[in-house]
Amino acid sequence: MAKRIDISGLTAYYGSHKAIEDISMTVEPRSVTAFIGPSGCGKSTFLRTLNRMHEVTPGGRVEGKVMLDDENLYASGVDPVSVRRTVGMVFQRPNPFPTMSIFENVAAGLKLNGSYKKSELSDVVEKSLKGANLWNEVKDRLNKPGAGLSGGQQQRLCIARAIAVAPDVLLMDEPCSALDPISTLAIEDLIGELKERFTIVIVTHNMQQAARVSDRTAFFNLAGVGQPGKLIEIDETERIFSNPSVQATEDYISGRFG
Amino acid sequence: MKTDIEPTSTSAGSPPQVSARSTGRAGDKIFLGLSRGSGIALLVIMAAIAGFLAYRASIAISKDEANFLTAFEWSTGSTPMRFGIAVLAYGTVVSSIIAMVIAVPIAVGIALFISHYAPRRLATPVAYVIDLLAAVPSIVYGLWGALFLVPHLTPLYTWMDKYLGWTGVLSYQGGAARSLFTVGILLAIMILPIVTSVSREVFRQVPKMHEEAALALGATRWEVVRMSVLPFGRSGIISASMLGLGRALGETMAVATVLSPSYLINVSLLDPGGGTFAQNIASHFKEANDNGRDALIASGLVLFVITLLVNGAARMIIARRKEYSGTAA
Repeated sequence: MAKRIDISGLTAYYGSHKAIEDISMTVEPRSVTAFIGPSGCGKSTFLRTLNRMHEVTPGGRVEGKVMLDDENLYASGVDPVSVRRTVGMVFQRPNPFPTMSIFENVAAGLKLNGSYKKSELSDVVEKSLKGANLWNEVKDRLNKPGAGLSGGQQQRLCIARAIAVAPDVLLMDEPCSALDPISTLAIEDLIGELKERFTIVIVTHNMQQAARVSDRTAFFNLAGVGQPGKLIEIDETERIFSNPSVQATEDYISGRFG
Repeated sequence: MKTDIEPTSTSAGSPPQVSARSTGRAGDKIFLGLSRGSGIALLVIMAAIAGFLAYRASIAISKDEANFLTAFEWSTGSTPMRFGIAVLAYGTVVSSIIAMVIAVPIAVGIALFISHYAPRRLATPVAYVIDLLAAVPSIVYGLWGALFLVPHLTPLYTWMDKYLGWTGVLSYQGGAARSLFTVGILLAIMILPIVTSVSREVFRQVPKMHEEAALALGATRWEVVRMSVLPFGRSGIISASMLGLGRALGETMAVATVLSPSYLINVSLLDPGGGTFAQNIASHFKEANDNGRDALIASGLVLFVITLLVNGAARMIIARRKEYSGTAA
């Protein structure tokens, strides 16, 4: 079930360092929202606050509200573990479990969530691998280690693993930055298909990618080194790339800085 | 022709470059000679030791009137000599297994606590204390074992006898607890630091991205450990255990101080008796005549072979799942 994310007044710290300050935005369900901005502007940090992964970092701390439909992820009594089961994440570098086979990798999240019958498990694994456009490439070697696949295949395996647990939201932290152009294209096509079923948020350094895959784009910036990152604007992707309302966005997009 | 590269890379060029290169070559040659020399010297020394041991052992075994492998006796003071290693092999292996069964789970637990559970200001002192345990001389462990552990184990053994005595293996007739089981417990404490610190280092090296992969799926802390940390650290735990086992197999003074030896195999692990290779050598070496020393050397050779086999087995276990090892990714 794709859900809407409503963020209000979100500030995140690393120890005493304020990484992002007072961010509010709405992420629409069944759409792709891209985060762009220069290095260090806090877009990855912000992404990691959306599934409470930020607080895993020593010293990581968050203030503000993240509403997933009508549930505040940061309300007291909310278990971060259960948040991460409904908000999936794909990382910059493909990180399949090295000791697990392809099958076990996809089934890993399901096994955490409870006991499944073997047949149920293979159904979900097949569906997820098909959903990640990987099934045809791996169906004959499901018992081989996931680490033996190519980088692009590993990343799609990680996407399959993330969607296998049927999350409401899928977060992607520069999912293509370690991949070659052909694998990147495969992932971008996949993102286009996945947005039918999930709310997708993607951080990217590649503005063409943001323009290609996203429906809405958010631009982040920071005033200087050591300053917290801020949301400058969020709008329809088309508008951001043709006629943004803030000058800094236009400067960034046209390559005048960053 | 690649004339522009020639002076610096291939055949003779201008004089200064030649001399510069020849000093470089000299350094290479000296280093090569040194490293090759030490490598060969090591092999020669090892071969000499092995040859010496094998030679003395063969003399002793040829004079042995009993079966060297199966006899339950050790009398080397007079001719004919009658001695066998059965009791020693049994005692060495059994006490080491007991030590491993106790120490490895505890050590892995402590290592996980230090690397993944404890807050940093607690983890550092705990790690330090564990490392400190490794610096205690083994004779001190032996004295502590004999004076403290032995009397304090009697109630435990009585309790075990009451509920587990029917197994035979864990029955207890009373008396001083100077048994193989006590030795196993003591050895477990002694190998705890090395197994802990090696495992801890391996757990610390688990790539963050593997742990985050599990976290992002909604894994609890224990599930992260199970899915990412333990699989990655598996070969490290095995190596750590083997290091510990090596120490347990060869431990001498602590065992000799605690154990009340005999040349009988007791069915019960809790009753006194038995012996280990190293303990037997330590107990008899001083009083032994030449023949007796040869016999002890023969037993030492067997310990050497057992240690080699154990290490070989560990390597095989590690190699068998190399395809899945975390480092391949």
